[in-house]
Amino acid sequence: MSLTEQERISLEAKAKAIRETIITMLVEAKSGHTAGPLDMADIFTAFYFHILKHDPQNPEWEERDRLILSNGHIVPVRYAAMAHAGYFPLEETKTLRKFGSRLQGHPERTRLLGMETTSGPLGSGLSQAAGMAYAFRMDTKKNRVFCLMGDGEQNEGNVWEAVMWAGKQKLSNLTAVIDRNNIQIDGMTEDVMPLEPLADKYRAFNWHVIEVNGNDVEAFIAAVEEAKAIFEKPTMIIAHTIAGKGVPEIEFDYHWHGGAPGKGVPNAEQGKKFLQEIRSMKGKLPNEYA
Amino acid sequence: MSMLNKDAKLLETLFDKDIEKKSTRDGFGTAVVDAGKENKDIVVLSADLKESTRADWFEKEFPERFIEVGIGEQNMATLAAGFALAGKIPFITSYAAFSPGRNYEQIRTTAALNDVPVKIMGMHAGVSVGPDGATHQMLEDIALMRAMPNMIVLNPCDAEEGRKATLSAVANGKPTYIRFGRSNVPVFTTKDTPFAEGKALVLWKSEKPKVALLGTGSMSYNALVAARALEAEGIGSIVLHNPSIKPLDEAAILEAAKAAGKVVTVEEHQVAGGFGGAVAELLSKKHPVHIERLGIQDEFGQSGEPDELIEHYGLGPSFIAETARRMLKV
Repeated sequence: MSLTEQERISLEAKAKAIRETIITMLVEAKSGHTAGPLDMADIFTAFYFHILKHDPQNPEWEERDRLILSNGHIVPVRYAAMAHAGYFPLEETKTLRKFGSRLQGHPERTRLLGMETTSGPLGSGLSQAAGMAYAFRMDTKKNRVFCLMGDGEQNEGNVWEAVMWAGKQKLSNLTAVIDRNNIQIDGMTEDVMPLEPLADKYRAFNWHVIEVNGNDVEAFIAAVEEAKAIFEKPTMIIAHTIAGKGVPEIEFDYHWHGGAPGKGVPNAEQGKKFLQEIRSMKGKLPNEYA
Repeated sequence: MSMLNKDAKLLETLFDKDIEKKSTRDGFGTAVVDAGKENKDIVVLSADLKESTRADWFEKEFPERFIEVGIGEQNMATLAAGFALAGKIPFITSYAAFSPGRNYEQIRTTAALNDVPVKIMGMHAGVSVGPDGATHQMLEDIALMRAMPNMIVLNPCDAEEGRKATLSAVANGKPTYIRFGRSNVPVFTTKDTPFAEGKALVLWKSEKPKVALLGTGSMSYNALVAARALEAEGIGSIVLHNPSIKPLDEAAILEAAKAAGKVVTVEEHQVAGGFGGAVAELLSKKHPVHIERLGIQDEFGQSGEPDELIEHYGLGPSFIAETARRMLKV
C-alpha cells in the first residue's frame, strides 16, 4: 500500500514542521536532547499521521493502537507530533521541562493523556509493550502495539529478557522499532558497546527483522505494512537514521545527543540557524519546498 | 491471665503448643485462586519459582491466565506494567530478594510513578528463610517499598491474614507490595479477624500498660507471647499488630504510645528504614517516647534453621520481653 505523491509530500511537510517545533522547544527549554528527536521526526510523522489508529480528541479510546516510547529522552519529538496532531495546543510545547508543565523532561503517563506509559530509564518499554500485546491477544482485541527504542538502549539486559519472551509468545501484534542512529551519550555505539550484527541477534530470538531507511517516511510505512502481514512472530524494524537529521552541522555527531545550551541542545543563536537549515533542508529531503 | 482483645476475634487456643502452623505465602495461593474465580482480569506471572511462591495453585485452576516469564524479574515487573496498562490486574511472584530486590527501578518507574495496579508478591522475606542463607533472606524490602510514592505496603502475620491482604490488593486499584515468609508460623487470626489497609489491630491490652509492643508480620505473634510472659510478672502491655506499613495506622500507634509511654517495635527486617523506622519517624514528630527497635541491626543473615535464626537475631519472645523489662528499669 504505497503512498500517493500528494500523501508523501504532505507527510514530509509535516515532518519538517515537527523538526521546527523540536528546535523551538529545545531553545526554550534550555536542556534536553536534540539528535534523537530530530532523527525520529520522520517516523513519528508516519505514526501520528498515517499508521496509528488513534483519536487526538479521545486519547483514552479503547480501540486505539498503543505507541510505547521506551527511550523516553527523545520525548520532544513525541510532544511535537502530538501537538501537530491536535492532542494539545502547539503553544504548549514551549512549556517543555518547565515547572508545572504536562510536558515533563521524560514522559509521564499520569500527567499527559496519550503518553501510554512513563519512561526514561532505558530498557523497560519493550516488556510493557509485550505485556500489552499479550493481554490484547488474550482478550482477542485487535489493538496493535508499537514500541520505539534507541540503539544505545540495546545495552540494557531488560531489553533482551523482553526480546526472548516476545519471541517465545510469538506476539505478531507487536512491532518494535530501533532508532539505529549509531550514537549514545559516551560516543558511537560500536565503540561504547558493539551491537552488530544486530539484525542477526533479533532473528536468533525468533523475531522477523526488517531494515529500513528511518528518514524515509514512505519506506518506513511500507515496513510497518510488512510487519502487519507477518504472523507467528513479532517484528523488529531497524530504522537506520541520521543522528540530528535535518540540521547538517550536527548530523552524525554524538555530542548533540543532548545536554545544555550550545553543548548538546541549541542556544538561541544556534536555534535560529538550525531552523533556517531545516526550512531549506539543503536539498537533502525531497519535499515541496526543495 | 489473658488480656487478648476480644474484638480481634483471634484463635482462642493461640497459645497452645500445637497451634496450626502454615507459611504466610499459602494465604496468597488460596486468595489468588478464590479471587481469580470472580475476577477474570487477574493474571499471575512467575519467574521460574511457581511452586515455592504458590503461583502454581493459580496455574492449576487458570492455566490461560498464568504467565511464565523465566528467570527474569526485570522483565516480569515491566511486563506486568504492560498488563496493567491493558486493563489486567497482574500479580508478580518471586522471592523478595529478587522482586523488588533486583527490579526496583522497573517497579519504581513503570508501576509506582506510572500508578498502575501491579501487585508485587515478595516471598521468602526475612531470616526465617533459613538454610538458603543471606543471599535469599531479604531484609531491606520494607524500607525500599515504603519509601516509594503511590505504593501500598502490607506485611501479614499469618496465612489467614496473607489471604485477606491478597484480596485487598485485588480490589485496591493501586501498586501494592505484600511481604510473605517461607517458614511455617502460627495461624492465630481467624476469618473474622478484621483487616483493612491503613489499620493496625490491638491484639492484647492490659489494664495498666507500661510498654507497647508494636509488631509487624509474623513477629506480632512473638510479641503476643512476650506480652503474656510480662503479664505473669505483673508488667502490663499493649500489643499492636501492623499489617499495613503503608499507609501506617498513625492514630492507633499514637494511642498505644500515649497509653504505655514506652514502645518496642519488632520486625524481621533491618531496623534502618523499616517498620521501626516508620514508627520512630511518626513518634519523634507527634509524641516522642523511649523506643527500642528490634530487628536486624545493620547486618546480613546466614544459614540456619528459622527458629535458631529468629533467636540469634533477637526476635524471639524472650528477647522481646527482656527488652521491655530493661526499658522499665531505666
